[in-house]
Amino acid sequence: MTTPTTAAASTPMNSYEAGKPVMTDLNGQTLLCLRTLAEENPASLETYIKLGGYSALKRIVSEKTKATDIITQVKTSGLRGRGGAGFPTGLKWSFMPRYFDGVKYLVCNSDEGEPGTFKDRDIIRYNPHQLIEGMAIAAYTLGARVGYNYIHGEIWQDYEIFEAALHEAKAAGYLGENLFGTNFCFDLYAVHGYGAYICGEETALIESIEGKKGQPRFKPPFPASYGVFGKPTNVNNTESYASIPWIMQHGGEAFAALGVPNSGGTKLFSVSGHVGKPGNYEVKMGTPFTELLEMAGGVWKGRKLKAVIPGGPSTPVMPASAIMGATMDYEGLSKARSSLGAGSMIVMDETTCMVKALHRLSYFFYEESCGQCTPCREGTGWVYRVITRIVNGKGKMEDLDLLTDVSNNISGRTICALGEAAATPVLSFIKHFRPEFEYYIQHGKSMVESQNDAVVDGKAEPK
Amino acid sequence: MLNIEIDGKALEVEHGSTIIDAADKAGIPIPRFCYHPKLSVAANCRMCLVQVEKFNKPLPACATPVADGMKIFTRSKSAIEAQKSVMEFLLINHPLDCPICDQGGECDLQDIAVAYGTSGSRYTEEKRVVFNKNIGPLVSTDMTRCIQCTRCVRFLQEVGGMMELGMVGRGEHAEITAYVDKSVNSELSGNIIDLCPVGALTSKPFRYSARSWELTRRPSIAPHDGLGSHIEVHVKDNKVMRVLPREKESINECWLSDRDRFSYEGLNSPDRLKVPMIKHNGAWVETDWKTALEFAAGQIKDITNEHGSEALGVLVSPNSTMEEGYLAKKLANGLGCGNVDYRLRQTDFRLDGKRQGTPWMGINIHEIEELDRILVIGSNLRNEHPLLAQRFRKAVANGAELSVISPLDNDPLMDIAHKVIVRPNDMVNVLGQILKAMSGLQRLSLCLPPSLNQLLEEIKVRPNTQAIAESMAGHGKDYDLISPKVGIFLGNMALSDPRFTEMYSMAEAIGGISGAKGGILPAAANSTGMHMMGVMPSSTGMHARAMLEVPRKAYLIVNIEPELDCQHAALAKAAMEKAECVVALTAFKSQALEHADVLLPIAPFTETSGTFMSMEGRVQSFTAVTKPLGECRPAWKVLRVLANTLGLQGFDYETSEQVKDAIFAGEKPSAVVWRSLNNNLKQLVEIQVNIKHEGLQRIGEVPQYESDPIVRRSPPLQKTKYNIKPMARMCAIQLEALGLVEGDVVQVKQDKGSAVLTVKLDNHVAKGCVRVAAAHEDTVGLGDLMGDITVEKLSAEQLQAHTNASMEARA
Amino acid sequence: MLSPQAIEKIDYELTKYPADQRIAAVMSALRIVQTERGWLSKESITDVAQYLRIPEIAALEVAGFYNMYDLSPVGQYKITVCTNISCMLRDSDEIVDHLKEKLGVGFNEVTADGKFCLKEGECMGACGGAPLMTVNNHTMHEFLTPEKVDAILEELK
Ligand SMILES: Cc1cc2nc3c(=O)[nH]c(=O)nc-3n(C[C@H](O)[C@H](O)[C@H](O)COP(=O)(O)O)c2cc1C
Ligand code: SF4
Ligand code: FES
Repeated sequence: MTTPTTAAASTPMNSYEAGKPVMTDLNGQTLLCLRTLAEENPASLETYIKLGGYSALKRIVSEKTKATDIITQVKTSGLRGRGGAGFPTGLKWSFMPRYFDGVKYLVCNSDEGEPGTFKDRDIIRYNPHQLIEGMAIAAYTLGARVGYNYIHGEIWQDYEIFEAALHEAKAAGYLGENLFGTNFCFDLYAVHGYGAYICGEETALIESIEGKKGQPRFKPPFPASYGVFGKPTNVNNTESYASIPWIMQHGGEAFAALGVPNSGGTKLFSVSGHVGKPGNYEVKMGTPFTELLEMAGGVWKGRKLKAVIPGGPSTPVMPASAIMGATMDYEGLSKARSSLGAGSMIVMDETTCMVKALHRLSYFFYEESCGQCTPCREGTGWVYRVITRIVNGKGKMEDLDLLTDVSNNISGRTICALGEAAATPVLSFIKHFRPEFEYYIQHGKSMVESQNDAVVDGKAEPK
Repeated sequence: MLNIEIDGKALEVEHGSTIIDAADKAGIPIPRFCYHPKLSVAANCRMCLVQVEKFNKPLPACATPVADGMKIFTRSKSAIEAQKSVMEFLLINHPLDCPICDQGGECDLQDIAVAYGTSGSRYTEEKRVVFNKNIGPLVSTDMTRCIQCTRCVRFLQEVGGMMELGMVGRGEHAEITAYVDKSVNSELSGNIIDLCPVGALTSKPFRYSARSWELTRRPSIAPHDGLGSHIEVHVKDNKVMRVLPREKESINECWLSDRDRFSYEGLNSPDRLKVPMIKHNGAWVETDWKTALEFAAGQIKDITNEHGSEALGVLVSPNSTMEEGYLAKKLANGLGCGNVDYRLRQTDFRLDGKRQGTPWMGINIHEIEELDRILVIGSNLRNEHPLLAQRFRKAVANGAELSVISPLDNDPLMDIAHKVIVRPNDMVNVLGQILKAMSGLQRLSLCLPPSLNQLLEEIKVRPNTQAIAESMAGHGKDYDLISPKVGIFLGNMALSDPRFTEMYSMAEAIGGISGAKGGILPAAANSTGMHMMGVMPSSTGMHARAMLEVPRKAYLIVNIEPELDCQHAALAKAAMEKAECVVALTAFKSQALEHADVLLPIAPFTETSGTFMSMEGRVQSFTAVTKPLGECRPAWKVLRVLANTLGLQGFDYETSEQVKDAIFAGEKPSAVVWRSLNNNLKQLVEIQVNIKHEGLQRIGEVPQYESDPIVRRSPPLQKTKYNIKPMARMCAIQLEALGLVEGDVVQVKQDKGSAVLTVKLDNHVAKGCVRVAAAHEDTVGLGDLMGDITVEKLSAEQLQAHTNASMEARA
Repeated sequence: MLSPQAIEKIDYELTKYPADQRIAAVMSALRIVQTERGWLSKESITDVAQYLRIPEIAALEVAGFYNMYDLSPVGQYKITVCTNISCMLRDSDEIVDHLKEKLGVGFNEVTADGKFCLKEGECMGACGGAPLMTVNNHTMHEFLTPEKVDAILEELK
């Protein structure tokens, strides 16, 4: 194939708008998951080693650190799963059966496909070795012989970067047989998705690794007892694994101290939408929203903030008023009646039509439902069709209650959490922006766009 | 045991069961679509959601394991809300066309919607339309009605053994389909019709022919193989409209093979003989029963009077009932004739008189799935016993090690641990090797009879046979050797082989050493029963093969088409041609009965009462489900009246039950059977082991939809892909050795007979063999099913002559 | 028949899985064959199924489930534009309109010369670079503007 690559692709360092990677310095501390970012050749093994990489793995393996000690450190760190659900990682690790006659697996979930989420991509392309080290430590701890990193299909160039990093690590003796002269062996492979959001769900991802459609499995049994090829498997998000080397280097307490109670460490926030500098920001847990927004260049074009989806569409949308005072951590956002999710902050300015935004999201869930369970397969289509009718000017007032009702009927009755994810935007958009929906139904057109036509920038934006 | 509570009812349930198991046992109804006790749990329809204390979300009863102290509510507000909402979702895209749907009246969706749904739909958007798929002649599709429960997909994969359907696409676009343009070819495919909870998959032959409530349902027993499956025959206006399985866990579970399900279409074939017929000056004329019977009796009498009673030969189909077999034998014996046999496809009769009892499968059907090591000798399981094969599949899925010795490498759709694919001759040698290896492994060589030891001496054990021996001996793995779960079975190809005695004796010896159960897998519905009643030659009589080799002057044939049902087609044909009189009791007119003299129309199994004894020795009686067609009469009655007409005594039976009582001498059938079943030999038979025999051998399989007169006439079965013209099938090495390529036209010869066939490359055939199907008009000129054969390429002139001849025949 | 190059690549993928799990390589095998042949015809899927010794329908299930497999021809260059929320907020619609106009095709259509096909994509996990698109699945272009799109199309021509 002769497709030319663009400048952005051949030199990933320069893909951001300003031509510079986005980073913060954590008040004098180095970055954690993206600690190679300031270096010239961030993804290389050389860079990573220069920054102290693989030393934790080497020490743990050569000193034969006890698995329980490692798990204790991870528990102390307060690290919670970065994939969205926020399940304490140390606790999850303790569920893996210690003794098992056969191969145990380790899986890294780099399938981020939830709109607004793009943090794992930067770990993979700027700091792949930290992920590899984190997985190797996890493998050592959990007794996993084989690992897979499942990478979202569309970020193909980053998949290749990761594959290259794996070969590098293997050649340098960080992966493979009898590492550091011990009997610890760990093979790690990259595998790819090919365009299915649902494969982010851990059991769908496992099915996909096995070469099947990505249809979630009913749980229980959980992956810890029945995972890849039916064997005990630990699944964590990329950022979760990538946090491990730092924790093992500096101790769980140091990690916990970076954040706030119940939310240890730093967190990558993917900020997208109507901001000046979209991108990933690694900040301490508990950072005020306003600070984060400012880092990301504030609302673009000098406009006013209207709403934020703080953790990806599966977390409830928040009107500006609700998020302005919130802090970016698990409890901060749940107190503000949303949740941290995967830290995928979608910022919407005053020109955003919430009906159309929801229309797009409902299409997404309709398209991405795996189709196996009834409420999700049938319900997401129903919701999408009703909202489409509204957008086409054929809405009825009863539709709003119908949408709420149908969404409630999907939520909690499905095999996997996509059901809830699909219901959440509908419920939260209608709850917070009901007048906009009513206006659309009554007038057959968008309230915001009507105002935009009249006010914003003084000229009508063709839609 | 765990203590739980469902809807306030305290229950004790087994560890590991799910909520739905527990509720089903307690008779508490929980609606469901995707769940089926015989399939893996998918939990995708969500219809079975129930409320469980301490859980804030409703849980699927089918997938949720019970825990001690669990309190479950199937009809609480939250459960009902959940169930109603799922019902509403299921219906939004489902066409509400029950009045024209074939499933109407027996549709789970319809029933559950009435019980668990709400009236009226809030859905006003456009409904989904899904294109129908053509998946073959048996199953009709109406995919817009599909509710994606995936029962059909799971059945074909898990029970059928091959993934033939899938759900392609995602979300609402997901559709059940076979691979592009492919049909579903499983020999168990009809079960997906029963499994489909809506009208998406229905029976193609049955389609639109009746509404479910117009049908009368009557129990019966399936008549095409030795399994004895329980069936339910659905009748309308005295016509069989369809056949469904009747649940019988220990036999057919809830399944049915396609052969048993769709053969009924043959019952309504235009070939059905409705009135007695007599051949008059070479032409068939219809007549009445009295004339026909008197003519038949007169002929038989004249011939036996003139040439002695041994001038008569009586051949009975092993698919006939016990009553029919018993009376046929009694009639022959009454005439002083010992020439009676049911073993039409057997060549080797050396074991006659050497057995301790009635040979049978040596194990109960349901026990097969508990075996941990299995050896199958000379059987194409899926072809011979389609549904039984599924039990073997379950055993293998449970971890059993399957070893196969066969001239055919057909895929049984289960993992084979060890296989040896060789010519039938060599199968004997292979068994010898296994025996030798085993006696070595068990240090038992001394226990074998010296004669056998001697035979084994010159045999050299090869690695693959060593592996089978080790498996049989339970080496290497942690098997329970105190009560070994080993099964050894001989199938049709072994049963028809001229070296059956060798194979049987070896298998018995191997079984003895390994502590195996097992025996033969008799081919037909009543083979075991016929054997037990001794529908076989008297000590001075002739067996089936001899009766044809040394043709009789008269034949009485019951329920067979001689050239299609006998092991040596050419001999059978010639014998019938030559005979002075052939009296045929038959349900069908047939080309194969052209040389008969009287045709007496008998009732097939649906129109008569009778008894079959299955391969596991189960004696199962059934009654007629319809009245006999036209002037047809139950064969047992015909035999009785014929005997009366012949002036024989002791044929005063009023009912088939009286015949049955006579068979069992008033005893409980199971008691008689229990005494009789025994696979052991009385003494070691003289056998040959190290057989050196060059030359090609024929593998004359009977295709499953050619096995008896009824299935041969079932149009839907004949339309399946299993209906292929017989060809000369050989593996690549063999073709090369003969200088042939696929598509060549060859003449195959056996004895004096021959057939012209097209060559087909078939790498499933052992080297040194030609697979040529039997029971087909194209091969009626051939001889032994399993015997020597030669193959010659036709010269250009011959080919031309052949083409001309076949063109003429067609015109 | 798979090309020797494809087989070599598939064999590499197979090394990632246990020997009795050849089916696990089906995702990459389909990807490899599609990249080589442009799209996945019935024959291509059959080839993959046969090579992996899996039922054809199992391969079709996978090919039909994941968006990036194309079960019908997509021209020489398949351009997939993400229109999901983060991209939409940054005017992906404008990019789509621009592409439609430039190429003269709508979504899921191939240009008359068989060069381009336009597809609507779902979130590609790179929303920081919105609006964005991929060309033939494997090359991503971010921070699109109509001018940048023109330059990319120019290079592809
Ligand atoms: C529909 C759906 C999509 C998901 N997508 C992702 C994803 O893209 N990345 C991810 O890490 N977790 C995702 N998850 C969560 C995973 O199932 C799983 O909880 C997570 O990978 C566990 O890792 P963690 O404990 O480190 O967070 C998703 C869950 C659902 C229900
Ligand atoms: S909730 Fe949706 S995505 Fe999840 S298993 Fe059910 S149908 Fe599939
Ligand atoms: S029967 Fe339980 S989900 Fe279908």
